[in-house]
Amino acid sequence: MTHTKISMAQALNQALRDAMHADDTVVMFGEDVGALGGVFRITDGLTAEFGENRCFDTPLAEAGIVGMAVGMAMNGMRPVVEMQFDAFGYPAFEQVVSHVAKMRNRTRGRVQLPMVIRIPYGGGIGGVEHHSDSSESYFAHTPGLTVVTPATVADAYGLLRKAIEFPDPVVFMEPKKLYWAKEEVDLAEDQPGIGKAVVRREGADATLIAYGPALPVALEAAEVAAAEGRQLTVVDLRSVVPFDDETVCAAVRRTGRAVVVAEASGFASVSSEIVARVTEKCFHSLAAPVRRVTAFDIPFPPPKLEKYQLPSVDRILDAVDDLQWEDS
Amino acid sequence: MTTVEEQLLPSAEPVCLIGQNGLPHEHPSYELPTKEALLDGYTELIRGRRFNDQASALVRQGRLAVYPSSHGQEACQVAATMVLKEGDWLFPTYRDSVSIVSRGVDPIETLTLLRGDWHSGYDPYAHKVAPQSTPLATQLPHAVGVAHAARLKGEDTVVMALVGDGGTSEGDFHEALNFAAVFHAPVVFFVQNNEYAISVPLAKQSAAPSLAHKGIGYGVPGERVDGNDLAGLLAVLQNAVDKARNGEGPQLVEAHTYRVQAHTNADDATRYRQDDEVTPWLDRDPIQRLTTYLEQQDWLDDQTRERAEAKAVEVAGQLRDGLMPEPEVDPADLFKHLYAEETQQLREQAAFLRDELAREEA
Repeated sequence: MTHTKISMAQALNQALRDAMHADDTVVMFGEDVGALGGVFRITDGLTAEFGENRCFDTPLAEAGIVGMAVGMAMNGMRPVVEMQFDAFGYPAFEQVVSHVAKMRNRTRGRVQLPMVIRIPYGGGIGGVEHHSDSSESYFAHTPGLTVVTPATVADAYGLLRKAIEFPDPVVFMEPKKLYWAKEEVDLAEDQPGIGKAVVRREGADATLIAYGPALPVALEAAEVAAAEGRQLTVVDLRSVVPFDDETVCAAVRRTGRAVVVAEASGFASVSSEIVARVTEKCFHSLAAPVRRVTAFDIPFPPPKLEKYQLPSVDRILDAVDDLQWEDS
Repeated sequence: MTTVEEQLLPSAEPVCLIGQNGLPHEHPSYELPTKEALLDGYTELIRGRRFNDQASALVRQGRLAVYPSSHGQEACQVAATMVLKEGDWLFPTYRDSVSIVSRGVDPIETLTLLRGDWHSGYDPYAHKVAPQSTPLATQLPHAVGVAHAARLKGEDTVVMALVGDGGTSEGDFHEALNFAAVFHAPVVFFVQNNEYAISVPLAKQSAAPSLAHKGIGYGVPGERVDGNDLAGLLAVLQNAVDKARNGEGPQLVEAHTYRVQAHTNADDATRYRQDDEVTPWLDRDPIQRLTTYLEQQDWLDDQTRERAEAKAVEVAGQLRDGLMPEPEVDPADLFKHLYAEETQQLREQAAFLRDELAREEA
């Protein structure tokens, strides 16, 4: 039991290192992941430690990277690939949708693809266009994929280890604005599995449902709300697919009110799915319509305008204030 | 001395070891396959042709939804698998059913995709044949991955990756050749250039001198071969497979052949090409050509003919018997195979469908 203060980036790096030690078939590849250690340093030192056969740079071609991972997974390896940025993953979209997601079903389970596609995603880092997208809804909409996203340092380690051990392909979305946030963690401590949401804060008045980069904002909003006399539960989805209806709905039923907080644009998104599910399953427990705090339905803005696009504590508190308290 | 660039370039003309008239051609780089290989090939060709024609007939009878026939391309189909060893992999497209059957896959399981009771009917690991790929060229990066993994594991596997002329225009063709070259992956990219991508002729597909010339841009040696000459195909593909196995990296082979039938039975080829274009290709038929050669050599005895015919009759019978009954389907299958562990949501949806069906039966 040793608690160390490390960043999410370091935890992800340690997860890769430990997974590669634990299993010789785990290989890591992508753009600049070798000598450089990745543009976010998530693969720092892996080539030096494990050699070029275990962690290697590829040509600049994302469909090729994901397609090669499919073949390697078919032939006994556990590839972990990095899409350098969210929007750089789009060239691989056909491979992801047409093969990664469908191979198991196509072959009645005879071909399993134990592979992980790591995608640094989301804004808040002052990135140029194509470096700040929230692309999780595309993947969540595709049957056959498993989509997870950590919001804490401990989960970054725990979920990545579980994703690499998972028998099926996992899209592993890394909130890049949280890469450098440090926490005291014990990496040996077991974390809940893929498919489990976690209640990060208990409160009787309303539930905030968040994931990935939106979670710290939701927690901060709950802190402020508490100071103002309103107790909020905060649920961290962790796993977008499979979706943990049980934990989410239990929280909503306990509190009777809910706000979904997500960094992605709201239209036809994970956040709209959550609202639909909660409304269908918890209607009689709801004292107010489920509200959302999401990005606008616009392309991710340039750095000097991104603050208008990202969910904020104030927007969350305003949404909570809007939950028809006067009627109850 | 030749330059590196010259070593990567294909022959000026497609390699041809047995000409259209059935006469052998001397070639400076390639030798005629053995009598045994050609006689085995003859049997496979006869069986492959019967498979194509029986499958097409079953489409007309409504037993298959569709069948993209390789009629006229059978020499390419059977040569692609004849040069492989047991541990090698085949990555076929939707037009390569004859190749799959030639590899040893059950004929009915091969046609599951086209019968429509599941997407892929055979176990890819049983004969090391990947599921047939419908999206063009997307299987090629997978082939590179299988080959690269084999190399990392120290296995001497070679991967035969099939693609058509149209497929060479796809980005995945480019990425796969580039990756294979950079990683020195033992893949033979085998392009069956049958002149048409549904209705679009080769001239509108590529301005390259030949599709085999595309290799030079990646540092991959290219070669071209007469796609209706089984002898030339066996020689060129065997050479490519041996090179890949011996650590010389990926190879690109283009076979010049022709799609004598429409894209599928659902296609009307008269809308985009004239009969007088097709007719000359009928005289270049791969079976007729090999038969003429074997007869001239006096190698084609009655026993060989009877054996080939028996195998053809057998496969046609398998198709008729296997495809005539309506296949049994289980709606529960729809939810079972997406994940190793079914999600709660899929369990609920499976239960919904089960209840709906139970109500309909009640």
